Amino acid sequence: MLDPAIDFLISHFNGVTYIVLMMIGLHAMTGKSNLVKKLVGMNIFQWSIILFVVSLGAKRGATIPIVLGGHGGPAVIEAHQYVNPLPHVLMLTAIVVGVATTGVALALLLRIHRRYGTLEEDVLIDRLRASRNAE
Amino acid sequence: MNIHQSPFPILIIAAPLLTSFALPVVGWWWRRAVFPLVLAALTISLGASVVVARDVLANGPVQYFMGGWEPPWGIEFRVDHLGALMLLLLNFVTLAVGIYSKQSVLKEIPEREVSLYTVYLLLVAGLTGMAATADMFNLYVFLEISSLTSYALISIGGGQAVVSAFRYVILGTVGAAFYLLSVGYLYSVTGTLNMADLANILPGLYGSGAVLVAFAFFVIGISIKMALFPMHAWLPGAYSDAPSAVSALIAATTTKVAAYVLVRVMYFVFEPRFSVEMIPVTTLLSWMGVIAMILGSVMAIAQSDLKRMLAYSSVAQIGYIVLGIGLANAAGLTGGLLHLVNHALMKGCLFLVAGAIVYRTSLREIKDLRNLSVKMPWTAGIFAIAALSMIGIPPFCGFFSKLYLIMGAVEAGQWFFVGVILFSSALALAYFGNVIRYMYLPKEAPDEAPSMPVRNEAPWTMLAPMLTLAAAIVLVGLFNGAIVHGFLEHAVPAGLAGAGSRAGLLGLGW
Repeated sequence: MLDPAIDFLISHFNGVTYIVLMMIGLHAMTGKSNLVKKLVGMNIFQWSIILFVVSLGAKRGATIPIVLGGHGGPAVIEAHQYVNPLPHVLMLTAIVVGVATTGVALALLLRIHRRYGTLEEDVLIDRLRASRNAE
Repeated sequence: MNIHQSPFPILIIAAPLLTSFALPVVGWWWRRAVFPLVLAALTISLGASVVVARDVLANGPVQYFMGGWEPPWGIEFRVDHLGALMLLLLNFVTLAVGIYSKQSVLKEIPEREVSLYTVYLLLVAGLTGMAATADMFNLYVFLEISSLTSYALISIGGGQAVVSAFRYVILGTVGAAFYLLSVGYLYSVTGTLNMADLANILPGLYGSGAVLVAFAFFVIGISIKMALFPMHAWLPGAYSDAPSAVSALIAATTTKVAAYVLVRVMYFVFEPRFSVEMIPVTTLLSWMGVIAMILGSVMAIAQSDLKRMLAYSSVAQIGYIVLGIGLANAAGLTGGLLHLVNHALMKGCLFLVAGAIVYRTSLREIKDLRNLSVKMPWTAGIFAIAALSMIGIPPFCGFFSKLYLIMGAVEAGQWFFVGVILFSSALALAYFGNVIRYMYLPKEAPDEAPSMPVRNEAPWTMLAPMLTLAAAIVLVGLFNGAIVHGFLEHAVPAGLAGAGSRAGLLGLGW
């Protein structure tokens, strides 16, 4: 009875993995009150997608896309012999973007902590309200 | 009207991009050169977009192959009629806000102008890139450039703005990640990223589950970027806590470019046959737009802070634009796109006015604005023009886009939507009317107020951009026919109800 389910998991393991990771990320972003944990959740969310797109380029038994004898092996000319490099290259750009986003977010967290002395969202909301009332 | 090559689209993006890289170095040893450099870059960009728009109007769409690599391998930039209008709008608004920002930045965030302008130009490069590129992944990169820079610009406001910016980072990144996922799915089934190429390959794959998933993630991701209800949570804080010039810049541009991308992908990469008939996404979008129109306006009425009120009004106006896109007929789409242009001008103008008021009086509460028409007559007058246009009073541009929207709703047989458009306009009358009433009514208790100079108008470098935008509101209203016939008619895809008919045959259209 379990066989179809296991077959599905094995044939779609990259899709299943990214959805599980994505849900973990979403949970951290919505369920955690610590802002750093929210940021980590956001990172997990981004990386899950990057992982998925990289997995799209994977191919069993294929080699690197260099025409003349990659790694000293035979020349690869046929499409089924080499891995499509484009998803990886695209995700390299996405990783750089992710690093930049994380950097900006961490800088913001630093300034929030300097000003309000906390990174817990509930405490932060109280202090924001207090400073608004003080004006 | 064949597609032809032109190097100007890339100049629009390259001028602000390269200048922004040079700014930190220049600002290090010659601070006074920074602002003229910024203006020069923005002017070059505007000039290039005028050249491109004239070229597009005369000879049809233009394209540019980045690095000489032809699509589908290389990155293509393509500017069609809608893109040309979008670039004109973006460069016009960013230049006006740029001129305005000098005084305002000096007062609000002194000593930070080098970093502010570096990021400002990067944002302009990102937005114009989003409007000009014809490559899905390149669009993602420009989307992230414009998002990252807007997080940074908002946080320059300091204090609460940093918290608002952090919320925007989290939500904005989720939106961009959904977009990336959608690009990944599209690539996995088509093997291409070029929009024209995708449009050729996709019709054979409309039954595929991956295409459906890609489309769904695209719509969700872009809706977050567009702040469509219920994904608008980041917008009010981000708009109201940012420095004045930044509020005007971001309110006028970022959500509009996202709406433009939605139209472009929904109707030109996919066909109306798919996005209207095969899945009910346009119906869903219309209803979300309608809810946004009502709830955004109700929330705007509840605000006591002028900038916060304008921010919630933006949520409602995005609703109008999305309703127009979702009506899926020629008149509705024309109305939605015209409202996109109008709203960029009107909301940019209103945020500039809010900034000018803060600059001279440090007042943000609406109830404190009594007698403003005496203190700052020009500013109050400009506010009145933009506010009347937002409500939809005839000679101003807001009236015409709402008229097209109503025509579109009637054509679609959705009388309920007609009622909502009128009701939401009545709500706009309530909250904008309230502000105008405070500005123009004489002070009730003159003894209580501290003695202020009777007349204290904003400096002319701030007043001139505000006046330019106000003039644009009037001119776009009077010459809406030219915009509709020149640009928007070509933006209605074949296969949409009423395509090919002269949608703009209104009495007032020149």
